[in-house]
Amino acid sequence: MEIFLQQILNGLVLGSVYALVALGYTMVYGIIGLINFAHGEVVMVGAMITISMLTMFSAMGIQLPGVVVLLMAMMISVPACMILAYFMEKVAYRPLRKAQKLAPLITAIGISIILQNLAMMIWGRGFKSFPSVIDVEPIDFMGATVTNLQIAIMIVAVLMMLGLWFLVERTKLGKAMRATAVNQEVAGLMGISINHIISMTFVIGAGLGAIAGVMRAANYGQADAYMGAILGLKAFSAAVLGGIGNIFGAMAGGILLGVIESLAAGYIGDLTGGFLGSHYQDIFAFIVLILVLVFRPSGLLGERVAERA
Amino acid sequence: MNKTMKYGLLLVLLVALPFIVNATPFLGPTWVRILGYAMLYVMLALGLNIVIGYAGLLDMGYIGFYAVGAYLYAVLSSPHLFENALASGPMDWPFWVVIPLCAIVAGIFGVLLGAPTLKLRGDYLAIVTLGFGEIIRIFMNNLDRPYNLTNGPQGINNINPLHIGTHSLKSTWTLFGLEFTPVINYYLVFLGIVIFVIFLSSRLENSRIGRAWMALREDEIAAEAMGLNKRNIKLLAFGMGATFGGVSGALFSSYQGFVSPESFVLMESIMILAMVVLGGMGSISGVVIGAVILSVMPELFRDVVNAIQPVLVNNITFISEDTLRNVLDASTLRMLVFGLAMVLVMRYRPEGLWPSARRRQELHDKDEEPFDSAHYVKETSHAKISADEPDNRDTTGEGR
Repeated sequence: MEIFLQQILNGLVLGSVYALVALGYTMVYGIIGLINFAHGEVVMVGAMITISMLTMFSAMGIQLPGVVVLLMAMMISVPACMILAYFMEKVAYRPLRKAQKLAPLITAIGISIILQNLAMMIWGRGFKSFPSVIDVEPIDFMGATVTNLQIAIMIVAVLMMLGLWFLVERTKLGKAMRATAVNQEVAGLMGISINHIISMTFVIGAGLGAIAGVMRAANYGQADAYMGAILGLKAFSAAVLGGIGNIFGAMAGGILLGVIESLAAGYIGDLTGGFLGSHYQDIFAFIVLILVLVFRPSGLLGERVAERA
Repeated sequence: MNKTMKYGLLLVLLVALPFIVNATPFLGPTWVRILGYAMLYVMLALGLNIVIGYAGLLDMGYIGFYAVGAYLYAVLSSPHLFENALASGPMDWPFWVVIPLCAIVAGIFGVLLGAPTLKLRGDYLAIVTLGFGEIIRIFMNNLDRPYNLTNGPQGINNINPLHIGTHSLKSTWTLFGLEFTPVINYYLVFLGIVIFVIFLSSRLENSRIGRAWMALREDEIAAEAMGLNKRNIKLLAFGMGATFGGVSGALFSSYQGFVSPESFVLMESIMILAMVVLGGMGSISGVVIGAVILSVMPELFRDVVNAIQPVLVNNITFISEDTLRNVLDASTLRMLVFGLAMVLVMRYRPEGLWPSARRRQELHDKDEEPFDSAHYVKETSHAKISADEPDNRDTTGEGR
């Protein structure tokens, strides 16, 4: 029972990160129908810049509480990722918005390779460890262990999602985004600047992604130039699971995928009599993705059909 | 000069190439080896071209079929499994048994993995096939327990070379005063298979099946209305593409004498995709040239970078040495160039560098369409049909 609770808790932490990344995919997909393959790389860049900043601050000998230092680092890394996403959209996706469907997809893959390799040039191929600015304390929760950092991750994720919900449902910008998602041309006729709204979508998604990247790096205590690819794929699976284009779907899908993955990794050895071990953890996201697309392509909460060109 | 003579001359040149390269100082056997790998990439790119170029299905897990072919050959022709399972040693399988076997098994994998994705198109298909490619790799990486089939991350060693008749390709013999070294043997066999694959591709392109693939690529609904069986045609594309992958995987395995899951990572799939995209999707000559450029260029690049790196590292002091080494890493620079090539080609020349005539026409048609308002009005009936499904179909090109 303790193992079960422990896996659920791990899954919730993992799932919060997936959910935040998945929001970036789903928002962009909802508006322009493009899978932004490079989103995972933006997440990675967010984590790496934060690590660099933290290292720099500690080298400068800044004596402040850990949380403040971390916030200062994120004040730099999150806007940097937003700017990156803005230019990415402008250079690689906007000129191709009217082109055939494969074209923006291939540029997206290209951008993601470019970002990954630039990151390798800047930060090298190996792991960068996350400076321990926050004292991680384990807390006992009904027999399972959870750290104060993990609790903070979950709380921040929930706050971010509430903030996004408020932005999309209650503000003028959100209304414009929803209108653009429904019909770009008509939204344009209503006086909405489509290009601006699409840029904003990329920027907001990148901001959430950067925060998720920091969370993941802090939770695992390290980050590397490859982390974006697999994290991005899983988050995309989460977005599909929830119903792509649907913001609540991405949140639910992310958390669900985190829990599924964590439970599956914990129990697969027992279930298959030792035939498959927890090494296979990474394939569950793909299996979930394939099952969802085959049996319920619209996802859990989505209404759209996945059958698109 | 007529066409036959041109092709004949090209063939003579290609056959003579390894001997020339082998004898050239600075190049030597290393470069013959690189040419051999280039041939393997040509096969892979032509296989992927069937799936992406002809049938328009963006398959990102293509390297999985390469892995299947490579591992099948490795397991059949190395002591690894036989020591574990059977008393007798590995067999020297005849060429015409093992290569078709790998082709068929990879083809079956292609159909099996294609089947669940039949309903998906475009971006979803890309992600799901990418997932399949990763799943294959993860299995290769972990199938050393409970039963040691793939030997896990260490990979399989001591793979027997390919045999033609009783001749091993890894032995040297002299004929007409020319020395046939192992790399040259392999190159020539690869060249023969590449020519066969090119022939097959061009016959497929102009066949009933090829036209069906292209019809499906352009407009699924219209193609189905013409009586095409969407399911079978798509599965055939996956299967045919995978077959090419399986053959080149088997050849790779025998060429290298060693396989490990490292060779079948996602980046390899992307590299092959870049070859197809750069050359021009659907154009055989384009894809061949794209594959040769992208497989040979990085090696040139590596030589140049490795020559320059120590000089720069010693002379530039204002950047730290580690950073400089990271920046001047040959494989990083290579991938960076691939990424840039993909973005630039898609943005400025979406039909590729050597496009097929049909593709070029089609793409340039589309560019002009949105500004031609008179044309738009004339074709309102088409516009209406596609307005219901703005993402599925374009008003242009296929309507007429």
